Amino acid sequence: MTDDFYRSVGGIREPDPTLGKSVQPEPAPEPVLPEPEPPPRVRRQRVVLAEPSRSAGSLRARVELEQQTSWGELLIKDLIKVQLRSGVALALLVVVVLGALPAAFFVWPAFTDLRFVGIPLPWLLLGVAPFPLLFGVGLWYNRLAERHERDFVDMIEN
Amino acid sequence: MQVNPWALTSVGLVMVVTYYLGRRTSRFARSTHDFLVARRTVRSRRNAAAISGEYISAASFLGVAGLVLKEGADALWFPIGFTAGYLALMLFVAAPLRRSGAYTLPDFMEARLGSASLRTLSTWFVVFIGILYMLPQLQGAGLALMAIMPAPAWLGSVLVTVVVAINVMGGGMRAITLVQAFQYWLKLFAIAMPTFVLCVVFFGSGGSGSAGSLGQQPPPRFTDDTTVSIETDVVLHVDQPTLVRVDDQETVWLPGTDYPVGTGTELFFAEDARVPVVTDGALTNESWLRPTEDATDLLSTYSLMFALFLGTMGLPHVLVRFYTNPDGKAARRTTVQVLLLLGLFYLFPVMIGALSRMYVPELLVTGNTDAAVLKVPSAMVPGVLGQILVAITAAGAFAAFLATASGLLVSVSGVIATDLLAGKVRDFRVATIVVAAVPAGLAVLLPIDDLSLTVGMSFALAASTFCPLLVLGIWWRKLTWLGAMAGMCVGGGLVLTAVVLGAISERTGGWAPWFIHQPALFTVPAAFLFTIVVSLGTARRVPDDVNAVMLRLHAPDPLGFMRDRAVARFGRAEERVRTGRGRHRK
Repeated sequence: MTDDFYRSVGGIREPDPTLGKSVQPEPAPEPVLPEPEPPPRVRRQRVVLAEPSRSAGSLRARVELEQQTSWGELLIKDLIKVQLRSGVALALLVVVVLGALPAAFFVWPAFTDLRFVGIPLPWLLLGVAPFPLLFGVGLWYNRLAERHERDFVDMIEN
Repeated sequence: MQVNPWALTSVGLVMVVTYYLGRRTSRFARSTHDFLVARRTVRSRRNAAAISGEYISAASFLGVAGLVLKEGADALWFPIGFTAGYLALMLFVAAPLRRSGAYTLPDFMEARLGSASLRTLSTWFVVFIGILYMLPQLQGAGLALMAIMPAPAWLGSVLVTVVVAINVMGGGMRAITLVQAFQYWLKLFAIAMPTFVLCVVFFGSGGSGSAGSLGQQPPPRFTDDTTVSIETDVVLHVDQPTLVRVDDQETVWLPGTDYPVGTGTELFFAEDARVPVVTDGALTNESWLRPTEDATDLLSTYSLMFALFLGTMGLPHVLVRFYTNPDGKAARRTTVQVLLLLGLFYLFPVMIGALSRMYVPELLVTGNTDAAVLKVPSAMVPGVLGQILVAITAAGAFAAFLATASGLLVSVSGVIATDLLAGKVRDFRVATIVVAAVPAGLAVLLPIDDLSLTVGMSFALAASTFCPLLVLGIWWRKLTWLGAMAGMCVGGGLVLTAVVLGAISERTGGWAPWFIHQPALFTVPAAFLFTIVVSLGTARRVPDDVNAVMLRLHAPDPLGFMRDRAVARFGRAEERVRTGRGRHRK
């Protein structure tokens, strides 16, 4: 019943091999309409995704993605690559900035004697400064990743 | 020690409110889907508060201040690492992990690599890491209760276990979400409010504590004739000849020698004597103020950063909360907010740690530095106000034990119920009882270690086992289950070897070099290396559906490729209710 539902949503024809152990035996290869119109399914549609109706073109792109045609595979590989690249770049930024601190304290001990408003500089650099940095990088990545995904969806829909 | 009625009341209140909120929210929990992942309906803001609430454990609430008191600037890496771990989690894991539709970490492994034996192995690692992490929480509860009333150490551990187990049995993830979110705000208040008051007192008194200002170079001094009774074995050292009466026997301690002191010993120091410090702590205020200046400490700092940065993403109780988000985008947004909430929190324990160096130096002698947060308020502010402040921090500390322990309990019992049992709600409850009983028993039996250090080891273990699997599993198509297994065994095995060697070395004269105590710098790369090499060697075993799985992990949510493995296996909550009712009518 449930995996039947997923097939109708994603347009998958084969049942997932890991599924189906505890699911009620249903005639598996039942042909499913791509448009989720049949009355008994309306209730369940609300639970998983609130999709607006899709155009035929977007559906074809979706099916190509799903069926791993060379074009679909290329598309998703590009998305993975661009997401990974932005993740690694931001991680490197943070690692370099934070990783430089212990080395800086080690190489220039005089650095540790500096004070700002009476508080030793290392305490400010270690106790306060990293948190806004981490939050800022987090925000930045969130925007990047969401933009990549939006671009991807736009491309698929058109 | 006298009983602090305020603190007892506040701790009791926290327990009652925790129980009440859990009870209220678990009324609607009926199905496995509720118990495992709260039906995947937790919005990002509440989930962020719940994740932060769960993550700020005893090690953060008490341990960070204790480490700052003892080690000074070097201890500041702990909060940084604790927070930065979420950045790594967000950059590489959060959204794809949620989109996988898995409901436990072993389930993700099976979804990605399709191997039942890998699933079983990860189940055992999850159970092991969970229990290792739960231990310091429960021991901390015992320690905190001892600080506010004369009670045996086991009482606090047992109390926390019971409250948490009742909640989790009532509603699983559904019950603890609101509780943990509430406990984050409680903890933030409980550490921020006393810090403000103590800072006002501190600057009001001219910026110098009773045990000497931090700007002075020598170690802190005792302000009165002080008797310190030692509760766990410690090794002390001094920087100047110091007159000490050890159990009514006067001796002079000389600098450069280690003085082991056994449990039950009473040390008497005259007024104005220099405070001796446990051997691994910073002796003088000058060295306390500066970050490390020798090479091995530098490497050890890097190793710690490595473990914390990569270990967070491998902690089962952290990941289990990400499965409750509605979709991948919400998982990512949750993590951004967690970064903000954690950063806000960690400003305060550091300040309390610095204040405690000036006001409660006797903790440096007993080695019981984790009690700093609970002891400073009454040492700085005498009278009722001090007691109320202690009550607030004690409430926060108990919120920390409860929140973390409940998260761990849900994640470990979820794994046991779905992998070793049939995954029904009753199985979940049975698993909860077992999982609660084991660490509670261990917490009572085992000696108490530094909270943050035990936690540091669990981070190293998580970073060396699950981190390579998650990162490579999400971003690298050529991963095979054999490679994953090899990496997990090598990484986990190396860390456990280091733990054993460290324990042996502690009993036989401390010969172990730094990387035995902070092994992540070597074990994590080793785990990555083995995973990659073995995967490349067994390239034929790359699962057939790797492209479909990768698509599901990375395709944006609106495309609707996500599928819920928990629903697929256990059915949807509403359906179960309906079929149940139908059967009844027949």
